[in-house]
Amino acid sequence: MTDALPLGLRAFWGLILRDLRVLSRELVAFGLRTLMNPLLFVFVFTYVMPKIGLAGVTGGAPSGEAFSTVLLPGLIAVSIFFQGIAAVALPLSTELGGTREIEDRLMAPVAIWVVAAEKICFSALQSIIAAAAVFPLVYWIPATPPAITVHWPLLVLVVVLASLTAGSMGLVLGTVVPPRQIGLIFSIVVIPVTFLGCVYYPWAALHPIRWLQIGVLANPLVYVSEGLRAALTPEVGHMGVAVVLAAITGVLVALTWLGIRTFTRRVVT
Amino acid sequence: MSAIAIRGLVKRYARDAPNAVDGIDLEVGDGELFGLLGPNGAGKTTTVGIVTTRVRPDEGTVFVDGADARRSPVAVRGRIGVVTQFNTLDRACTVRENLVYHCRYFGIAAGPARARADELLNAFSLGDRGDADVGELSGGMAQRLQVARAIAHRPKVLFLDEPTAGLDPQSRIALWEVLSELRAREGLTILLTTHHMEEADRMCERLAIMDHGRILVEGTPDELKRTVGVDTIVDLRVEGLDEPLRSALAALPGVHSVEDAPGGARVLAQHEDGMLARVVQAAAGHRLHDVSVTEPTLETVFIRLTGRALRD
Repeated sequence: MTDALPLGLRAFWGLILRDLRVLSRELVAFGLRTLMNPLLFVFVFTYVMPKIGLAGVTGGAPSGEAFSTVLLPGLIAVSIFFQGIAAVALPLSTELGGTREIEDRLMAPVAIWVVAAEKICFSALQSIIAAAAVFPLVYWIPATPPAITVHWPLLVLVVVLASLTAGSMGLVLGTVVPPRQIGLIFSIVVIPVTFLGCVYYPWAALHPIRWLQIGVLANPLVYVSEGLRAALTPEVGHMGVAVVLAAITGVLVALTWLGIRTFTRRVVT
Repeated sequence: MSAIAIRGLVKRYARDAPNAVDGIDLEVGDGELFGLLGPNGAGKTTTVGIVTTRVRPDEGTVFVDGADARRSPVAVRGRIGVVTQFNTLDRACTVRENLVYHCRYFGIAAGPARARADELLNAFSLGDRGDADVGELSGGMAQRLQVARAIAHRPKVLFLDEPTAGLDPQSRIALWEVLSELRAREGLTILLTTHHMEEADRMCERLAIMDHGRILVEGTPDELKRTVGVDTIVDLRVEGLDEPLRSALAALPGVHSVEDAPGGARVLAQHEDGMLARVVQAAAGHRLHDVSVTEPTLETVFIRLTGRALRD
């Protein structure tokens, strides 16, 4: 099937096949790391709390129903974002800094940037699968399901752009953070980005804390959450679609450029 | 056409640091087994890094099987196989998958890739371990698999960096047997970097000894050994090598030079009748404990050229 393709593409396909094989062996781990966080979050905040009469603690959301609608896009955004860390940053940091397992792939007859680009693309694929897997969880578990109005073209566009962005961020982190410190990514990157990523509240709701509302604009996850709100739950209110798409695209281009650069510097001296 | 042609190669890692590679010219012929020797930090790894497209040179040209390593690194990678001194096997894959996916990276289709993997598993005596995790392999098996993987896409030139370091003698011999067969069958050119002098002497057709980024000598193992200028080395274990003893030894017929050596003196001489007896007689008054006679080895050449000082 691939025989007629140029060597570069066949090599790229070979890299994808290898990653698919490895992923197929780790399906259980992939499922756990993808589903555990949204599963428990939705279960506690939109099922347990409303049932025990504590719905009022869910921030500014007036009821369990509204909160599940706020959470749906946010938790999908986190799942997309988290794959970039789990699928690229963690393994890449070890492969570059410790085991050097990536060595054989670096000696493939393709430009070095192709090996880096494959990492981004394969991570994006996992992000897209994660987004699709999280959706039913977040939809069915809440005591009152979220109110959604799907805008398909925008949904596809935001999910694809966000998935590639997550992969490129994973590439940057995986190439600059040494394996001994990779655990710190969770405290320094994942937790702040998630909690300040407009995951559990829409961006507009932050206006009483103006400095925070401005400050979180530096967080790319904000645009992904808001973009998914525009595509899935527009009645909650969201940032302008043009702003969202421009911001995600800008971050994607910048991180891809930076990631390929840091990757190349690590492997060619 | 040479398999490897290097001209005026220079690499410095930092502006104020000495050149890691300092003007190297080297030619490795098609099908040759060439050894690159040198102490740690001599510039071997940098040289091989440049030829294998992983280090960018500052000056000079490098061609591998006609492909320019600076301008077309992708073309060079298609022509070479590399075995590093670290185990870089893909631990997420089985033994067979390491070979199959390597072939796929080189554009080989699924069927031929599987066939090539099976062929190599048998050739490298790994036939029954195809489905094992690479973590389960012994050191010797892992090294054989690394070599098998490096040649799976039928490269023209194979780079081996300390391939037998850490292997037991059996695995060492087994690895060299497979490599010799490969050379005979596929006409592979091999560039070997090693510290293992005996192995280099036995296996390599030509050698170069490097230090401080330069090539000091180059030739066949015999040519290199002849550069010592003597055919006999007498090691004397005496208590203190003083000046009178040194002059007495140096004045003997056949003796070429006298050097300090750990525990006594080393006499470099051209063999002639009665020479050994005269050396022993001269040293007898200096509490002579022991005498041993050897021929110059590659190690003799190596130490004479690069010194005894430890390198880090």
